[in-house]
Amino acid sequence: MIELRNVSVKSGSFVLPRISLQIESGEYAVLMGTTGRGKTTLLESICGLRRVAEGQILIHGRDVTRWSPGDREIGYVPQDLALFPTLTVREHLEFAMRIRKMSAAVIAARTQELSSVLGIGHLLTRSITGLSGGESQRVALGRALSFRPSVLLLDEPLSALDETTRHEMHELLRRVKQSTGVTTLHVTHSVAESESLADRCFWLAEEGIQERPLACR
Amino acid sequence: MLNQPSTIATQNASKLWNPRRRSDALFFLLMGGLSACFILLIVLLLAADVMFTSPREFYRALAKPEIRAALRLTLLSCTVAAILSVWVGTPLGYLLSRYSFPGRWIIDTLVDIPIVLPPLVLGLSLLILFHQPFFGWQIEGWFRDSLGFPIAFRWPAVVLAQFSVACAFSVRTMRVTFDQMNPRAEEVARTLGCTRGQAFWQIALPQSRRGIVTAFTIAWARALGEFGPILVFAGTTRMRTEVLSTSVYLELSIGNLDAAVAVSLLMVMLAVVVLLVLRVLGTGLTS
Repeated sequence: MIELRNVSVKSGSFVLPRISLQIESGEYAVLMGTTGRGKTTLLESICGLRRVAEGQILIHGRDVTRWSPGDREIGYVPQDLALFPTLTVREHLEFAMRIRKMSAAVIAARTQELSSVLGIGHLLTRSITGLSGGESQRVALGRALSFRPSVLLLDEPLSALDETTRHEMHELLRRVKQSTGVTTLHVTHSVAESESLADRCFWLAEEGIQERPLACR
Repeated sequence: MLNQPSTIATQNASKLWNPRRRSDALFFLLMGGLSACFILLIVLLLAADVMFTSPREFYRALAKPEIRAALRLTLLSCTVAAILSVWVGTPLGYLLSRYSFPGRWIIDTLVDIPIVLPPLVLGLSLLILFHQPFFGWQIEGWFRDSLGFPIAFRWPAVVLAQFSVACAFSVRTMRVTFDQMNPRAEEVARTLGCTRGQAFWQIALPQSRRGIVTAFTIAWARALGEFGPILVFAGTTRMRTEVLSTSVYLELSIGNLDAAVAVSLLMVMLAVVVLLVLRVLGTGLTS
């Protein structure tokens, strides 16, 4: 469960107004809003990359507002993916598990499982250089899911993809949602994405966040 | 007689193209001419050195035990100074690149001081620092008496003098390297469970490999050319604190111009070899 209680974020002259929001465990929520309203800032605050000026962030009932990003157990896929240039696809999938010092057998099994679900088994030995947009997106998603996070944050994951790849990724996200049941907050500008994936939809406006009936408009 | 359409088209095309071609030629002439002045100066300088000496004089100068000792100390001290410079320059460059903190501009300015300070002043400052009593405690005295390892006018002073300047260049290089890297990857690594240290070690550092090699190269080359601080802080004792740059000075001071030029040429060769080898290895020049 993700719960925000009067969360306010300040960054230079930009101020994200007090946000209160609750997403139940296993729900797939979509966050929409006009550009520059602070959707990415909100995601970064939830995963601990941006300091919160006021309010509380609770993950499964625990106040994680002052926790470091690594302790929050949140999978995050940023808009630019931020893949690691010096690692192979396999090393991306293994990264979080190695940091957690999981056993080699567990890492191998999870990597196999993820690469099979994401359809990137044939890319495991490849460097990320030269991967297509869709392939990179799958690697970033696999990296975020590898340590079985309880919460997944996706920042416009399909925005830079062509129509065919977007459709494939769309289906993939739906499968991930069904198979993992991970609580997800997905930032998008696409009404179609929100209609087909979301259980709930939120709209970030100047005065704050509002829940809107599907589809968001 | 009326012009044929094709002739008119050709004339129009020529009117359109000729002025542009002339202006491009002028551009390349000016830019290339000015650039060539500097390149020509360097080539002529090197050529004059080569023409001044003969291979026999060159080998005879290099056969001197003093010059051989200076060469050994130069290779060793430049390498140690460059390693230390990268060792210090990498974390400092990273902190300056990634974090905003009170007084950052002061640190930024302090880092540049060894670059702008006159070399002799830097050497003098090092000498004073090591001999200045701080509440009855003296750095040089502590190294000499407690560790049995005096610094001033010994080979460690050569390394320290070279390091003082080379490190400033290393910090600048590493800062630019980290500035050019997307910090987002390190942030994502932190969401995956890394501490800041792990994100630096596992994500930022491997990406900065070429920057490290470049910083090492620049630091090494800068240390090779260091003279002023070494002269004041380490002295020019033959077979003890003599490096190639001080050899040139010593040979000149006793009127041995052939040996001075021979050592200068050796330094040029060393610099060129190191710059080429490390640039090819580190910056993908081969591609």
